[in-house]
Amino acid sequence: MRTSQQKKQMPYPQDDGPVGLIYGLADSSLILAQRLSELTGHGPSLEVDMGLTNIALDLFGQVRLYYQYAAELLADGRTEDDLAFLRTEREFRSVLLAEQPNTDFAYTLTRQFLYDHFHFLMLKELQRSKDNTLAGIATKGIKEVAYHKVYTSDWIERLGDGTEESHRRVQKAVLDLWPYTQELFYKTEADKKMIEQGIGVDFERLKAPYYKAVTTVLKQARLKVPEVAYFQKGGKEGVHTEHMGHLLATMQYMQRTYPGMEW
Amino acid sequence: MSQEEQSLKNEWPLWEVFVRSKNGLEHRHFGSLHAVDAEMALQHARDVYTRRMEGVSIWVVESKQITASDPAQQTAYFEPAQDKIYRHPTFYELPEGVKNM
Repeated sequence: MRTSQQKKQMPYPQDDGPVGLIYGLADSSLILAQRLSELTGHGPSLEVDMGLTNIALDLFGQVRLYYQYAAELLADGRTEDDLAFLRTEREFRSVLLAEQPNTDFAYTLTRQFLYDHFHFLMLKELQRSKDNTLAGIATKGIKEVAYHKVYTSDWIERLGDGTEESHRRVQKAVLDLWPYTQELFYKTEADKKMIEQGIGVDFERLKAPYYKAVTTVLKQARLKVPEVAYFQKGGKEGVHTEHMGHLLATMQYMQRTYPGMEW
Repeated sequence: MSQEEQSLKNEWPLWEVFVRSKNGLEHRHFGSLHAVDAEMALQHARDVYTRRMEGVSIWVVESKQITASDPAQQTAYFEPAQDKIYRHPTFYELPEGVKNM
Protein backbone atom coordinates (compact mmCIF):
# COMPACT_ATOMS: atom_id res chain seq x y z
CA MET A 1 0.00 0.00 0.00
CA ARG A 2 2.72 2.37 1.01
CA THR A 3 4.74 1.62 -2.06
CA SER A 4 1.85 2.18 -4.41
CA GLN A 5 1.15 5.53 -2.80
CA GLN A 6 4.75 6.53 -3.17
CA LYS A 7 4.53 5.52 -6.77
CA LYS A 8 1.57 7.79 -7.19
CA GLN A 9 3.50 10.73 -5.83
CA MET A 10 6.43 10.01 -8.11
CA PRO A 11 4.95 8.97 -11.44
CA TYR A 12 8.34 9.06 -13.12
CA PRO A 13 10.95 7.61 -10.74
CA GLN A 14 14.52 8.87 -10.99
CA ASP A 15 16.16 7.05 -13.80
CA ASP A 16 19.71 5.87 -13.27
CA GLY A 17 20.18 4.84 -16.90
CA PRO A 18 20.68 6.87 -20.06
CA VAL A 19 17.48 8.86 -19.53
CA GLY A 20 18.75 10.00 -16.12
CA LEU A 21 21.98 11.01 -17.80
CA ILE A 22 20.08 13.02 -20.40
CA TYR A 23 18.05 14.84 -17.73
CA GLY A 24 21.32 15.73 -16.02
CA LEU A 25 22.73 17.11 -19.26
CA ALA A 26 19.65 18.95 -20.49
CA ASP A 27 17.57 20.10 -17.51
CA SER A 28 19.97 22.88 -16.50
CA SER A 29 19.80 24.37 -19.99
CA LEU A 30 16.00 24.27 -19.95
CA ILE A 31 15.70 25.99 -16.59
CA LEU A 32 18.32 28.58 -17.49
CA ALA A 33 16.65 29.29 -20.82
CA GLN A 34 13.33 29.73 -19.02
CA ARG A 35 15.01 32.25 -16.70
CA LEU A 36 16.48 34.14 -19.65
CA SER A 37 13.20 34.15 -21.52
CA GLU A 38 11.57 35.89 -18.56
CA LEU A 39 13.63 38.89 -19.66
CA THR A 40 12.52 38.86 -23.29
CA GLY A 41 11.15 42.32 -24.00
CA HIS A 42 12.65 43.68 -20.78
CA GLY A 43 16.33 43.86 -21.74
CA PRO A 44 18.28 47.03 -21.00
CA SER A 45 18.44 47.76 -24.73
CA LEU A 46 16.97 46.19 -27.84
CA GLU A 47 20.37 44.79 -28.81
CA VAL A 48 21.06 43.11 -25.46
CA ASP A 49 17.46 41.90 -25.30
CA MET A 50 17.97 40.11 -28.61
CA GLY A 51 21.36 38.81 -27.56
CA LEU A 52 20.02 37.15 -24.41
CA THR A 53 16.89 35.92 -26.15
CA ASN A 54 19.05 34.33 -28.84
CA ILE A 55 20.95 32.47 -26.14
CA ALA A 56 17.69 31.29 -24.60
CA LEU A 57 16.48 30.06 -28.00
CA ASP A 58 19.75 28.24 -28.65
CA LEU A 59 19.38 26.45 -25.32
CA PHE A 60 15.71 25.55 -25.91
CA GLY A 61 16.71 24.14 -29.30
CA GLN A 62 19.41 21.98 -27.74
CA VAL A 63 17.10 20.81 -24.96
CA ARG A 64 14.52 19.68 -27.51
CA LEU A 65 17.07 17.36 -29.12
CA TYR A 66 17.97 15.81 -25.77
CA TYR A 67 14.33 15.36 -24.74
CA GLN A 68 13.33 13.92 -28.11
CA TYR A 69 16.05 11.35 -27.63
CA ALA A 70 15.00 10.67 -24.03
CA ALA A 71 11.38 10.20 -25.16
CA GLU A 72 12.57 7.75 -27.80
CA LEU A 73 14.49 5.77 -25.16
CA LEU A 74 11.56 5.82 -22.73
CA ALA A 75 9.26 4.52 -25.46
CA ASP A 76 6.20 4.87 -23.22
CA GLY A 77 4.27 7.43 -25.22
CA ARG A 78 5.69 10.47 -23.51
CA THR A 79 6.95 13.26 -25.75
CA GLU A 80 9.58 15.97 -25.38
CA ASP A 81 6.81 18.32 -24.19
CA ASP A 82 5.74 15.92 -21.44
CA LEU A 83 9.30 15.82 -20.15
CA ALA A 84 9.48 19.60 -19.99
CA PHE A 85 5.97 20.46 -18.86
CA LEU A 86 4.78 17.52 -16.79
CA ARG A 87 7.70 16.50 -14.64
CA THR A 88 7.58 17.72 -11.06
CA GLU A 89 10.18 19.76 -9.25
CA ARG A 90 11.83 16.72 -7.67
CA GLU A 91 12.27 15.11 -11.07
CA PHE A 92 14.33 17.93 -12.53
CA ARG A 93 18.05 17.32 -12.35
CA SER A 94 19.12 20.86 -13.12
CA VAL A 95 21.84 22.55 -11.08
CA LEU A 96 20.81 25.13 -8.48
CA LEU A 97 22.75 27.79 -10.39
CA ALA A 98 20.29 27.63 -13.29
CA GLU A 99 17.19 28.47 -11.25
CA GLN A 100 18.67 31.50 -9.46
CA PRO A 101 16.56 34.58 -10.23
CA ASN A 102 17.32 37.52 -12.53
CA THR A 103 18.17 39.74 -9.57
CA ASP A 104 19.76 42.36 -11.82
CA PHE A 105 21.69 42.53 -15.08
CA ALA A 106 24.96 41.61 -13.35
CA TYR A 107 23.39 38.48 -11.82
CA THR A 108 21.85 37.43 -15.10
CA LEU A 109 25.13 37.77 -16.95
CA THR A 110 27.21 36.19 -14.18
CA ARG A 111 24.88 33.20 -13.90
CA GLN A 112 25.08 32.69 -17.64
CA PHE A 113 28.86 33.19 -17.68
CA LEU A 114 29.38 30.60 -14.95
CA TYR A 115 27.21 28.13 -16.84
CA ASP A 116 28.56 28.79 -20.35
CA HIS A 117 32.12 27.88 -19.46
CA PHE A 118 30.97 24.60 -17.93
CA HIS A 119 28.58 23.96 -20.80
CA PHE A 120 31.33 24.41 -23.37
CA LEU A 121 33.72 22.00 -21.64
CA MET A 122 30.91 19.50 -21.10
CA LEU A 123 29.88 19.49 -24.78
CA LYS A 124 33.50 19.17 -25.83
CA GLU A 125 33.69 15.92 -23.85
CA LEU A 126 30.23 14.74 -24.87
CA GLN A 127 31.32 14.89 -28.51
CA ARG A 128 33.45 11.84 -27.71
CA SER A 129 30.54 9.87 -26.22
CA LYS A 130 30.06 6.33 -27.50
CA ASP A 131 26.41 7.23 -27.94
CA ASN A 132 26.26 8.68 -31.44
CA THR A 133 23.06 10.65 -30.84
CA LEU A 134 24.48 12.41 -27.80
CA ALA A 135 27.79 13.04 -29.57
CA GLY A 136 25.85 14.53 -32.47
CA ILE A 137 23.80 16.81 -30.22
CA ALA A 138 27.05 18.00 -28.63
CA THR A 139 28.69 18.73 -31.98
CA LYS A 140 25.71 20.78 -33.07
CA GLY A 141 25.42 22.66 -29.78
CA ILE A 142 29.04 23.50 -29.15
CA LYS A 143 29.15 26.08 -31.95
CA GLU A 144 26.35 28.01 -30.27
CA VAL A 145 27.83 27.68 -26.82
CA ALA A 146 31.23 28.89 -28.06
CA TYR A 147 29.51 32.18 -28.88
CA HIS A 148 27.59 32.30 -25.57
CA LYS A 149 30.89 31.97 -23.75
CA VAL A 150 32.48 34.86 -25.64
CA TYR A 151 29.38 37.02 -25.23
CA THR A 152 29.06 36.61 -21.47
CA SER A 153 32.83 36.72 -20.80
CA ASP A 154 32.97 40.05 -22.65
CA TRP A 155 30.15 41.38 -20.51
CA ILE A 156 31.83 40.25 -17.29
CA GLU A 157 34.94 42.15 -18.35
CA ARG A 158 32.97 45.23 -19.28
CA LEU A 159 31.01 45.27 -16.04
CA GLY A 160 33.98 44.42 -13.83
CA ASP A 161 36.24 46.92 -15.52
CA GLY A 162 33.46 49.47 -16.06
CA THR A 163 32.04 52.02 -13.67
CA GLU A 164 32.22 51.87 -9.90
CA GLU A 165 28.59 50.75 -9.77
CA SER A 166 28.90 48.05 -12.43
CA HIS A 167 32.02 46.72 -10.69
CA ARG A 168 30.28 46.61 -7.32
CA ARG A 169 27.23 44.85 -8.71
CA VAL A 170 29.05 42.22 -10.74
CA GLN A 171 31.40 41.52 -7.84
CA LYS A 172 28.39 40.91 -5.62
CA ALA A 173 26.85 38.59 -8.20
CA VAL A 174 30.09 36.62 -8.49
CA LEU A 175 30.34 36.29 -4.71
CA ASP A 176 26.71 35.22 -4.37
CA LEU A 177 26.67 32.74 -7.26
CA TRP A 178 30.11 31.22 -6.78
CA PRO A 179 28.91 28.71 -4.12
CA TYR A 180 26.69 27.15 -6.82
CA THR A 181 29.55 26.39 -9.20
CA GLN A 182 30.82 23.17 -7.70
CA GLU A 183 27.53 21.39 -8.22
CA LEU A 184 28.20 21.57 -11.96
CA PHE A 185 30.69 18.73 -11.44
CA TYR A 186 28.43 16.58 -9.26
CA LYS A 187 27.89 13.06 -10.55
CA THR A 188 24.58 11.24 -10.05
CA GLU A 189 24.23 7.47 -10.08
CA ALA A 190 23.16 7.71 -13.71
CA ASP A 191 26.25 9.77 -14.55
CA LYS A 192 28.55 7.24 -12.90
CA LYS A 193 26.97 4.28 -14.68
CA MET A 194 27.05 6.02 -18.04
CA ILE A 195 30.67 7.09 -17.58
CA GLU A 196 31.60 3.45 -17.07
CA GLN A 197 29.99 2.65 -20.41
CA GLY A 198 31.82 5.44 -22.17
CA ILE A 199 28.56 7.33 -22.76
CA GLY A 200 28.49 9.93 -19.99
CA VAL A 201 30.86 12.77 -19.20
CA ASP A 202 33.20 12.60 -16.23
CA PHE A 203 32.46 16.10 -14.91
CA GLU A 204 35.21 15.81 -12.32
CA ARG A 205 37.78 16.14 -15.07
CA LEU A 206 36.29 19.44 -16.20
CA LYS A 207 36.77 21.07 -12.84
CA ALA A 208 40.38 22.24 -13.18
CA PRO A 209 40.03 23.66 -16.72
CA TYR A 210 36.73 25.27 -15.69
CA TYR A 211 38.06 27.16 -12.71
CA LYS A 212 41.13 28.15 -14.70
CA ALA A 213 39.05 29.61 -17.54
CA VAL A 214 36.58 31.38 -15.27
CA THR A 215 39.29 32.77 -13.01
CA THR A 216 41.22 34.16 -15.98
CA VAL A 217 38.19 36.18 -17.08
CA LEU A 218 37.46 37.39 -13.54
CA LYS A 219 41.03 38.59 -13.12
CA GLN A 220 40.93 40.40 -16.44
CA ALA A 221 37.74 42.03 -15.22
CA ARG A 222 39.56 43.20 -12.04
CA LEU A 223 37.20 41.05 -9.98
CA LYS A 224 38.04 39.16 -6.83
CA VAL A 225 37.86 35.39 -7.12
CA PRO A 226 35.75 34.23 -4.17
CA GLU A 227 37.12 31.83 -1.62
CA VAL A 228 34.28 29.67 -0.42
CA ALA A 229 34.44 26.94 2.18
CA TYR A 230 30.96 25.53 1.63
CA PHE A 231 29.34 24.93 -1.73
CA GLN A 232 25.62 24.44 -2.37
CA LYS A 233 24.27 21.34 -4.02
CA GLY A 234 21.03 19.39 -4.38
CA GLY A 235 19.54 20.24 -7.74
CA LYS A 236 21.08 17.29 -9.52
CA GLU A 237 19.34 15.02 -7.00
CA GLY A 238 16.07 16.88 -7.42
CA VAL A 239 16.35 19.00 -4.26
CA HIS A 240 15.91 22.57 -5.40
CA THR A 241 15.86 26.07 -3.93
CA GLU A 242 12.65 27.99 -3.23
CA HIS A 243 12.93 29.64 -6.66
CA MET A 244 12.34 26.46 -8.63
CA GLY A 245 8.67 25.96 -7.80
CA HIS A 246 7.80 29.47 -8.95
CA LEU A 247 9.75 29.03 -12.15
CA LEU A 248 8.03 25.73 -12.95
CA ALA A 249 4.62 27.17 -12.11
CA THR A 250 5.12 29.79 -14.81
CA MET A 251 6.72 27.43 -17.30
CA GLN A 252 4.24 24.58 -16.89
CA TYR A 253 1.08 26.62 -16.32
CA MET A 254 -0.42 26.08 -19.79
CA GLN A 255 0.00 22.30 -19.94
CA ARG A 256 -1.21 21.86 -16.39
CA THR A 257 -4.26 24.04 -16.85
CA TYR A 258 -5.16 22.75 -20.31
CA PRO A 259 -3.71 19.22 -20.44
CA GLY A 260 -2.76 18.09 -23.91
CA MET A 261 -3.19 21.56 -25.35
CA GLU A 262 -1.45 22.12 -28.66
CA TRP A 263 -0.92 25.09 -30.94
CA MET B 1 20.54 69.09 -16.92
CA SER B 2 17.03 67.96 -17.82
CA GLN B 3 16.08 64.32 -17.60
CA GLU B 4 15.92 64.12 -21.37
CA GLU B 5 19.41 65.55 -21.77
CA GLN B 6 20.68 63.15 -19.13
CA SER B 7 19.27 60.08 -20.84
CA LEU B 8 20.62 61.31 -24.17
CA LYS B 9 24.05 61.62 -22.59
CA ASN B 10 23.87 58.09 -21.18
CA GLU B 11 22.84 56.57 -24.49
CA TRP B 12 25.34 54.36 -26.28
CA PRO B 13 26.70 55.70 -29.58
CA LEU B 14 24.97 54.75 -32.80
CA TRP B 15 26.62 52.42 -35.32
CA GLU B 16 25.78 51.63 -38.94
CA VAL B 17 25.81 47.96 -39.88
CA PHE B 18 26.86 46.55 -43.26
CA VAL B 19 26.40 42.86 -43.98
CA ARG B 20 27.76 40.71 -46.80
CA SER B 21 25.06 38.18 -47.56
CA LYS B 22 27.41 35.75 -49.27
CA ASN B 23 30.93 35.62 -50.58
CA GLY B 24 31.29 37.52 -53.82
CA LEU B 25 28.56 40.04 -53.03
CA GLU B 26 29.23 43.49 -51.59
CA HIS B 27 28.46 44.55 -48.04
CA ARG B 28 25.06 46.22 -47.92
CA HIS B 29 23.69 48.66 -45.37
CA PHE B 30 21.34 46.69 -43.09
CA GLY B 31 20.49 49.21 -40.39
CA SER B 32 21.86 50.76 -37.25
CA LEU B 33 22.20 49.91 -33.57
CA HIS B 34 23.64 51.13 -30.29
CA ALA B 35 26.86 49.86 -28.72
CA VAL B 36 29.63 51.25 -26.55
CA ASP B 37 32.46 50.24 -28.88
CA ALA B 38 33.25 48.48 -32.16
CA GLU B 39 33.57 45.03 -30.62
CA MET B 40 30.17 45.25 -28.95
CA ALA B 41 28.69 46.70 -32.13
CA LEU B 42 29.84 43.61 -34.04
CA GLN B 43 28.28 41.28 -31.47
CA HIS B 44 25.06 43.22 -31.46
CA ALA B 45 24.99 43.23 -35.25
CA ARG B 46 25.48 39.48 -35.23
CA ASP B 47 22.62 39.05 -32.76
CA VAL B 48 20.20 41.50 -34.35
CA TYR B 49 20.87 41.21 -38.10
CA THR B 50 22.26 37.75 -38.85
CA ARG B 51 20.08 35.43 -36.77
CA ARG B 52 18.37 34.07 -39.90
CA MET B 53 21.51 33.28 -41.88
CA GLU B 54 21.58 36.71 -43.50
CA GLY B 55 25.31 37.07 -43.64
CA VAL B 56 28.86 35.81 -43.75
CA SER B 57 30.65 39.06 -42.86
CA ILE B 58 29.81 42.21 -40.95
CA TRP B 59 31.21 45.75 -41.04
CA VAL B 60 30.31 48.34 -38.44
CA VAL B 61 31.12 52.03 -38.50
CA GLU B 62 30.16 54.63 -35.98
CA SER B 63 27.39 56.72 -37.49
CA LYS B 64 29.13 60.01 -36.69
CA GLN B 65 32.00 58.96 -38.97
CA ILE B 66 29.67 59.12 -41.94
CA THR B 67 29.44 62.42 -43.79
CA ALA B 68 26.09 62.71 -45.48
CA SER B 69 24.97 65.05 -48.25
CA ASP B 70 22.84 67.96 -47.14
CA PRO B 71 19.13 67.44 -47.94
CA ALA B 72 18.83 71.21 -48.49
CA GLN B 73 21.34 70.86 -51.31
CA GLN B 74 19.37 68.12 -52.99
CA THR B 75 18.32 70.25 -55.96
CA ALA B 76 21.79 71.53 -56.67
CA TYR B 77 23.31 68.13 -56.18
CA PHE B 78 21.07 65.79 -58.04
CA GLU B 79 18.64 67.61 -60.35
CA PRO B 80 21.21 68.67 -62.96
CA ALA B 81 21.67 65.01 -63.86
CA GLN B 82 18.02 64.57 -64.67
CA ASP B 83 18.16 66.02 -68.21
CA LYS B 84 21.38 64.27 -69.15
CA ILE B 85 20.01 60.91 -70.09
CA TYR B 86 22.77 60.60 -72.69
CA ARG B 87 25.04 59.71 -69.80
CA HIS B 88 23.40 56.34 -69.73
CA PRO B 89 25.07 54.01 -72.21
CA THR B 90 21.78 53.27 -73.95
CA PHE B 91 22.46 54.98 -77.27
CA TYR B 92 24.84 52.42 -78.58
CA GLU B 93 23.85 49.59 -80.80
CA LEU B 94 25.01 46.31 -79.41
CA PRO B 95 26.95 44.11 -81.78
CA GLU B 96 25.40 40.80 -82.57
CA GLY B 97 26.36 38.03 -80.22
CA VAL B 98 26.77 40.13 -77.10
CA LYS B 99 24.81 38.51 -74.35
CA ASN B 100 23.92 39.45 -70.82
CA MET B 101 23.71 43.20 -71.34
